[in-house]
Amino acid sequence: MVQLTLPKNSRITHGKTWPKPEGATNLRKVQIYRWNPDDGKNPRVDTYFVDVDSCGPMILDALIKIKSEIDPTLTFRRSCREGICGSCAMNIDGRNTLACTYGLDEVEGDIKIYPLPHMPVVKDLIPDLTHFYAQHASIKPWLETETNTPAKEWRQSIEDRKKLDGLYECIMCASCSTACPSYWWNGDRYLGPAALLHAYRWIVDSRDEATGERLDDLEDEFKLYRCHTIMNCAKTCPKGLNPAKAIQSIKHMMVERAV
Amino acid sequence: MAYLTDRKRAHGLGASHSGTRQHWRMSMSSVALAILIPLFVFTFGAVLGGTYEEVVIYYQRPIPAAIAVLTFIVGFWHFRAGAQIMIEDYSRGFTRKALIVGVTCLSYALAAIGVLALIRLAL
Repeated sequence: MVQLTLPKNSRITHGKTWPKPEGATNLRKVQIYRWNPDDGKNPRVDTYFVDVDSCGPMILDALIKIKSEIDPTLTFRRSCREGICGSCAMNIDGRNTLACTYGLDEVEGDIKIYPLPHMPVVKDLIPDLTHFYAQHASIKPWLETETNTPAKEWRQSIEDRKKLDGLYECIMCASCSTACPSYWWNGDRYLGPAALLHAYRWIVDSRDEATGERLDDLEDEFKLYRCHTIMNCAKTCPKGLNPAKAIQSIKHMMVERAV
Repeated sequence: MAYLTDRKRAHGLGASHSGTRQHWRMSMSSVALAILIPLFVFTFGAVLGGTYEEVVIYYQRPIPAAIAVLTFIVGFWHFRAGAQIMIEDYSRGFTRKALIVGVTCLSYALAAIGVLALIRLAL
């Protein structure tokens, strides 16, 4: 349900301002959301100063530098550092994106970093994505077939393979779903852009034999039809994908078989 | 707090197998309104500022009356469906059901008042 104000224990307070590094001339101010479930305090925003001359070019480089040299308690997820794993998705300068592919020079003024919006926070910049992953699993993101497995391979034409372009590249970083107001208000029932994009990826796969069952499972006022084509998903996707278009394609298929 | 697995929470009560008809009807009523609203504005605007007698005579003609009746019926049906989606987005439980009943009654009442008023003018 819609929430217009934060609960009392989620209201953000001013945090600590860490000292500027000595001798640095090219500094960027970085404000980061901090919350520790163990201290019982409200979330706060800490301020750090990063010497850009001795730091890599990306936001993730700055975070790693802060953790290594200033504040080892800062907690965030990261792995591949090249936009493949989706671990470092967070809200940077008001936009959900990957810290590893977003440049420091893409942010004007102070750099503000928060966890992905409207998700439970585990600690600092780490959201709890349990429900998000369970929703992804619920759409059965694998090939469903009834025909006996062929001796060599499931064949697919070049044209049919091309239909998967713009879909298979999704890395499940959750930037899109957590940018979607429909997912904020009804995320318990609405599957969200990421899960629906993956659902369409399997619906449109020429080798999959469960197209009807997949559509049956999605035909619901809340699971699918909460998408109101707001398009935040397409705007924020760090991989340049368009989940809204995939959702629209599912709706077209639903109409196609009903009318 | 219930001890439910993540998958059970994600599945919930499963798919209701509804929504496509509603989606299709909303699309169709949008197309109808895209045609009807300009026609209604054009016909209604023609007698705007006229005397009572002029308006009565105008709406006794079949085409302006038919456009107005269709606009009321399709417009309020579309309003009801859109408002219901908004209510479902922003409320839950008993409040949701009460608001849906309220907005449905209001929409159909307004459509009925409009249609009956036009029938009275036409007769």
